[in-house]
Amino acid sequence: MPSINMIISIASGKGGTGKTTVAVNLALSLKNIQFLDCDVEEPNAHLFLKPRIKEKAKAYISVPEVDEGKCTYCGRCREVCAYHAIAVLPGSEGKKGSVLIFPHLCHGCGACSILCPQGAIKEINKEIGIIEIGEKGDMRFVHGRLNIGEAMSPPLIRQVKKYIDPTKTVIIDAPPGTSCPVITAVKGSDFCVLVTEPTPFGLNDLILTVEVLRKLHIPFGVVINRADIGDGKVEDYCSKENIPVLMRIPFSKKIAVSYSEGIPIVEKDVFYQDKFINLYIHICGVMNEANSRN
Amino acid sequence: MKQIAVISGKGGTGKTVVTGSLAALAKNKIMVDCDVDAADLHLLLHPDIRERHEFRSGQTAVIDKGLCKKCGKCISVCRFGAIRADCTVERFSCEGCVLCSHICPYGAIRMEENIAGEWFVSDTKYGLFVHAKLGIAEENSGKLVAKIKQVAKELAEKQALDHIIIDGPPGIGCPVIASLSGVDCALIVTEPTLSGLHDAQRVIGVAKHFNIPVKLAVNKYDLNPVMTERIETFCRENDIPVIGKIPFDKAVVKALVEGKTIVEYAQCAAGAQVRKIWEAIK
Repeated sequence: MPSINMIISIASGKGGTGKTTVAVNLALSLKNIQFLDCDVEEPNAHLFLKPRIKEKAKAYISVPEVDEGKCTYCGRCREVCAYHAIAVLPGSEGKKGSVLIFPHLCHGCGACSILCPQGAIKEINKEIGIIEIGEKGDMRFVHGRLNIGEAMSPPLIRQVKKYIDPTKTVIIDAPPGTSCPVITAVKGSDFCVLVTEPTPFGLNDLILTVEVLRKLHIPFGVVINRADIGDGKVEDYCSKENIPVLMRIPFSKKIAVSYSEGIPIVEKDVFYQDKFINLYIHICGVMNEANSRN
Repeated sequence: MKQIAVISGKGGTGKTVVTGSLAALAKNKIMVDCDVDAADLHLLLHPDIRERHEFRSGQTAVIDKGLCKKCGKCISVCRFGAIRADCTVERFSCEGCVLCSHICPYGAIRMEENIAGEWFVSDTKYGLFVHAKLGIAEENSGKLVAKIKQVAKELAEKQALDHIIIDGPPGIGCPVIASLSGVDCALIVTEPTLSGLHDAQRVIGVAKHFNIPVKLAVNKYDLNPVMTERIETFCRENDIPVIGKIPFDKAVVKALVEGKTIVEYAQCAAGAQVRKIWEAIK
């Protein structure tokens, strides 16, 4: 096995295919692991790992605050805000103007404060969620929880990823989908495991996610969950596209029930631990092959 | 006219399977697939695309190598880490804030508009269907959701339709909030697992935050009756009507593989429950 500590992210496109199952069981089967749950909208890994949380940190983005004493209502901030998060009503007939800020539209880019000619805008912290850091045995655990009603998860995902420990093998549980949250979560990974199911929905979303990973130049392989239900089209697609199938997990009521109770299957049945160690060996094999080609 | 959004928090609980069946049951309606980054409803509705439109949204910085003096000012102001040390733009990190372009002393940075996806108006055997495809690795899915919902609403008003039925995305973030905006009812489809309950609670929190009435259905309820009971207790305590419990049924996967909705596939128990859900929500 290679001695390098990889960052392995687990993603899927379609939700509910078994990302968290694969991420949690893989993490529990290996040593020297740091686990990052980057599905900050709906983090679930803690339900299975039950880590002891040792530290909590609030996560913020910066949003503008206007010093109305300095502001001349020139409208420059409104002009430069690409997200339409600022409105400026100029003063007229002796009446003072006003500046309206819509924090939920703000991306925290800083353009308004940096470009304000009067230096009238400072940035204040707006809480968007919380980061919790803990451990389970010798595994390190970090996750983010986005506050209810908050729209933007990428800033929180970026803050969770700041905790990445390069001395460990890092496993990232990514959110579903194919847009900004997933890209933010998987960016910088050495390898990505795509978990899918052999149904038309699973295949459709797998194809989309493969296109994303190819654009990001991240090597990847596929795990087919509930491999014996549905049809053979995911297998056909993978073989046609030369995508390695790293693991096939048959449908099992035992796994489904264990999942529903929040118990990782490797803790119920050590038989599965070998399966997940094999998955890791398979990942390393694919990585070595990719590296020797380059 | 009533707008119904089907959401779940957790992915893969059966939103699209339920929405597809509602499409087959509802009469005078338009369907919308708001899960624009992993859209699947078209696999059940088999649309004939009638109109196709580009979705332009957001911008990306482009640095003119001829003008750039590599002063690094853009790198120091970019908060998204989107400009590499050699003063080239990492496209997927750029959020189009334009700050670099304003700050560059040499006028070397211009912004290019993104074609962030496509949206469609289609005919299906169940009626009109508005759907979209987000470009690969593009952002602004919330804006694309808002766009197709607005298109659907205009069509529904013009044709005096009774329902807009929305297949929502998983999660609780921007596309979910955009899907919920202005709807009359959110149908939460969940599953009897610890994750299903945890995620449903969070997305119910979002719906309540925006004052949207919520109803709930448990899919595959018999896989863990104890957990189903926990979900029902939670709903009782929070005044959320549980309007259906769909049994685990292998016919559901078979219908899916054949690209059919469960209500038209077979006389199965799952189909009967979806009929009950429609009666309770329409």
